[in-house]
Amino acid sequence: MTLPADGTETRFDTAAVKADFPLLNRQVNDHQIVYLDSAATSQKPRLVIDTLARYYEEINANVHRGAYHIAELATSATEDARARIQRFIGAPSASEVIFTKNATEAINLVAYSWGRANLNEGDAILITALEHHANIVPWQQLAAERGVEIRWLPLTDDGRLDLTDLDQMLDGVSLFAFSAASNVLGTLTPVRQLADAAHAAGALCLVDASQAVPHLPTDVKAWDCDFMAFTGHKMCGPTGIGVLWGRAELLDAMPPFLGGGEMILNVTREGFIPNELPWKFEAGTPPIAEIIGLGAAVSYLEAIGMDAVRAHETALTGYALRALNERHGDDLVIHGPTDAADRGGVLSICYRDVHPHDLSQVLDQRGICVRAGHHCAKPLMKLLGVGATARASVYIYNDESDVDLLSDALAEAGEFFSHQPA
Amino acid sequence: MAGLEDLYREIILDHYRNPRNRGELETPPAHMAEGFNPLCGDEIQVFLQVDGDRICDVSISGQGCSISQSSASMMTTAVLGRTVDEARQVIRAFKAMMSIHGDDLDGSDHDPSDETVGSQISLGDLEALRGVVKFPVRIKCATLAWNTLDQGLSEATA
Repeated sequence: MTLPADGTETRFDTAAVKADFPLLNRQVNDHQIVYLDSAATSQKPRLVIDTLARYYEEINANVHRGAYHIAELATSATEDARARIQRFIGAPSASEVIFTKNATEAINLVAYSWGRANLNEGDAILITALEHHANIVPWQQLAAERGVEIRWLPLTDDGRLDLTDLDQMLDGVSLFAFSAASNVLGTLTPVRQLADAAHAAGALCLVDASQAVPHLPTDVKAWDCDFMAFTGHKMCGPTGIGVLWGRAELLDAMPPFLGGGEMILNVTREGFIPNELPWKFEAGTPPIAEIIGLGAAVSYLEAIGMDAVRAHETALTGYALRALNERHGDDLVIHGPTDAADRGGVLSICYRDVHPHDLSQVLDQRGICVRAGHHCAKPLMKLLGVGATARASVYIYNDESDVDLLSDALAEAGEFFSHQPA
Repeated sequence: MAGLEDLYREIILDHYRNPRNRGELETPPAHMAEGFNPLCGDEIQVFLQVDGDRICDVSISGQGCSISQSSASMMTTAVLGRTVDEARQVIRAFKAMMSIHGDDLDGSDHDPSDETVGSQISLGDLEALRGVVKFPVRIKCATLAWNTLDQGLSEATA
């Protein structure tokens, strides 16, 4: 892609971005693919794919071990990626950037290590009604084991967090764990305000930023959070690599999560001494290619600029909300906030009485990829009063023509089902 | 749209819109078994009244897509009034029809004699669901009610 000549320009050439993603050239069911499932996983740019191949072709060696040339190259490429990710999220130190398998493992790391070292019966955790299972189940496991109370911050009717009783709900809470952006409603939460409220109540906060880091400028210092989790594969990176960021003094005080190689300074028959941060939490050979691949993904996004990414998605989401509602009227329900400025590019759709699973099947015949189901947020689906939705989610490579094709296919799906005999 | 007719046969949409034996039975005397499709969030409850060795009443509640709901509806008409052994044969025949390349996606052992069983049992309207095999993601939708019935029969006759 080419960057805009004018440095102040926040829109970019989507066609040029699209050309960077080889998969988006393919056909599905005799149609050019229309990929609208980036909230599940993003497609990968050529830069990332080539970086993975080059790692295996040129510098494949285990890290932090060998003193030979390619082992040093692999080690420095891994640590370069860590430093790049540190800068990308505004972290004070690269030693606070811990590589995990995904955001789920990052949250589990906090639940197992910090949670089990600090929480006991009588303690409480606050989560919200819009969390992904990844930010629910680890706390339920902890609650079952330790008798910790879980509180749920409710939502307003339009899918925002209801902050009316926030201070009261935080009373006596040790940790407030919440999403920066909902994977179902698109809702962007006021992270700094929530972090301030948590700290005022003497609680720590953990931000599940899986749906935010790929789409918005992220700065953990500006958020003033204590832990932040995200995953690589939703932000143009490979699968199998995620990140836990935590404040150094918290991470230092926490016991290791998984034990094994890499996470130790010394091992004797009597015991072990844990390694320094970040390796204390990175037992075993890390996913080296994936770490370096995620570093390349960060470079790719930085070249576009995260302000430009957000501006593009806000404009496209606004277009989608207008175009879909205008054309389909009462046939269509899009859950969540109605103003694109308050939400990410995640559109959870119910269309007439067509079940989302059936809807996505019909869309697939037009090469359109959307996700049907509960989106790993069953408590939220129950609150919305639906078993499932069809979710279309946009990213840097989508444009208005993708939304128009979705809109056409929704009409066709309605047609297909209504023409069958009742 | 080409291809979709293979999946959405008229009889399937009929059972989806006008489900047979829909509702709940009082438990006890009836037995209730519950099934979930963790992929898409479909949930189903199968209510089963077994008198001696015969299924004298069966009903379905829950929610799901056209494939899971129509399959459940057709299942009730296929097993109502049958003996438990006959119902198990229908289950085996149906699951054999739903298996690709002889592999059972649910991970249970595949009995090669299932094909033989399948040829002895007439699946009737259920044949309309044969097209689901061409859409592998949907097989779990079609088999949800059947696995739940299987579980319910084991519990009700235990």
